[in-house]
Amino acid sequence: MKELINWLADPIRSFPIFTVLFILMMKYYRVVGTKKFAWGFTIISIPVVLWFATDPNFWLIITWPDNIPISILIVAILFFTWFSLYRCAVNDQRLDDGLCPEEALPENREKVWCWPNLVYTELFAIIAGTIFLIVWAIIFKAPLEEPANPTWAPNPAKAPWYFLGLQEMLVYFDPWMAGVVLPGLVVVGLIAIPYIDTNPKGNGYFTYKERPIAIWGFMFGWLVLWIYLIIVGTFLRGPNWTFYGPFEYWDFHKVVSEYNVNLSEFLWVKWLNTSMPSNLIMREMLGIVLTGLYMFVLPPLIAASNFGKSIIEKTGQIRYYIYITLLLVMMSLPIKMVLRWLFSLKYIIALPEWELNL
Amino acid sequence: MSEVKQHLNRREFFSYLSVAWITFSAACAGLLTLAFRFSYPNVNFEPEMEFLAGTPSDYEEGVDERWKNGFGVWMVKQEGKLVALSNICTHLGCIPTWMPAELKFKCPCHGSGYYMNGINFEGPAPRPLERYKIGMTPEGKIKVDKTKIYRYEKGQWDHPNSFIQV
Repeated sequence: MKELINWLADPIRSFPIFTVLFILMMKYYRVVGTKKFAWGFTIISIPVVLWFATDPNFWLIITWPDNIPISILIVAILFFTWFSLYRCAVNDQRLDDGLCPEEALPENREKVWCWPNLVYTELFAIIAGTIFLIVWAIIFKAPLEEPANPTWAPNPAKAPWYFLGLQEMLVYFDPWMAGVVLPGLVVVGLIAIPYIDTNPKGNGYFTYKERPIAIWGFMFGWLVLWIYLIIVGTFLRGPNWTFYGPFEYWDFHKVVSEYNVNLSEFLWVKWLNTSMPSNLIMREMLGIVLTGLYMFVLPPLIAASNFGKSIIEKTGQIRYYIYITLLLVMMSLPIKMVLRWLFSLKYIIALPEWELNL
Repeated sequence: MSEVKQHLNRREFFSYLSVAWITFSAACAGLLTLAFRFSYPNVNFEPEMEFLAGTPSDYEEGVDERWKNGFGVWMVKQEGKLVALSNICTHLGCIPTWMPAELKFKCPCHGSGYYMNGINFEGPAPRPLERYKIGMTPEGKIKVDKTKIYRYEKGQWDHPNSFIQV
């Protein structure tokens, strides 16, 4: 059983499993978003978690001081995801019945003063947060390590927990892509949401059925591409950034046979059986063409489809192209990950001479 | 006819103004210089860029780690060539570990792997490790100069300064 879970936890398998679970959860949100489901899930998960915790290797990983916040984070994410789906399910049922959303009921529209209601709550939140942090700092000591040494790195060298998703992304990309362009676009894209998405539906109340595209786009990026990667980076990456299952001992010498190949090598050496052309652009032609097709030909094609037409109708051309570009850049991450797992593909465009790799 | 004595005439006003501006600019420039100087450390703990690395007979076939902690250099002797390999991963600049059993360098940050000769083969590293300039002094000592690097993908590993024949 433990072997099976170790085997399943490998990103090659756990990523599709997680994606399918995510799709099922979103599709059957009216089943997931019930109190009955939440209680059932909690009752089943408690013995499962206890059984997991009896394994010494798993216990070691989750009780490592750096990893405790992520365990808390997972529980909090589960709860808040369920909670929003629950509120969505309730409201969507009301909307189906021709009623107004819960938040629009007269008793929920009542207004209170900022002072003292909000300010007092904030004061208590500040005090509670401070006490929590002090107790935390007393119980879990911050590990003091030796002075920094430019010729030595700890193994595994892990980023702070909130950056572990980024670090996991970096395994599949060149640093300027996963370290600069993609996080930059994440921030820019999140800032741009209110300007791209001017649909007033869902403002001030929970709903799913009125905003499926927005919710799917955001939740996929958030849960599958960010939280999942943090979990993998935290719990399942050991020395040398090798993958270790949740019950696996962190053996420094675990051998993973891996040999990554660039797309240009696939094209010239494997498929065409010739040597690599000396001209750099010629050498990377296929990758450049594919990237160009993906980034510049796909958006107009999608625009001609029913999906694209409906978005353009609602938002206009400029908003559509910004939206679809951001979406395609986001989807490039899972595409690249799957290509790496299936074909050991290193880079689609590999121009190390120009420090440019995609 | 105005009896009021003007304190300053036009010419005096401009000369005072010039003095004031020059003083102000000089003070600002001085402050900026101080701030600029402050951003440079008084003591630099970074390894020396040039060092003498013994004689060629000191090295056995394979990877030698004796200069790794002090200078960030692996001496790799292979197929009659001795090279000074940089210990900075070409992916994001972490410090890989030499794994003698697996005969490879493995980066702890994102799992890039390199063969003993520095060629990348696994993980995200886009290009091989860099070689430093290596040469012999007249006294027969090896001298490694880290200010000059030789990159494989640019065809610089054939350069006579990128290795020494042993």
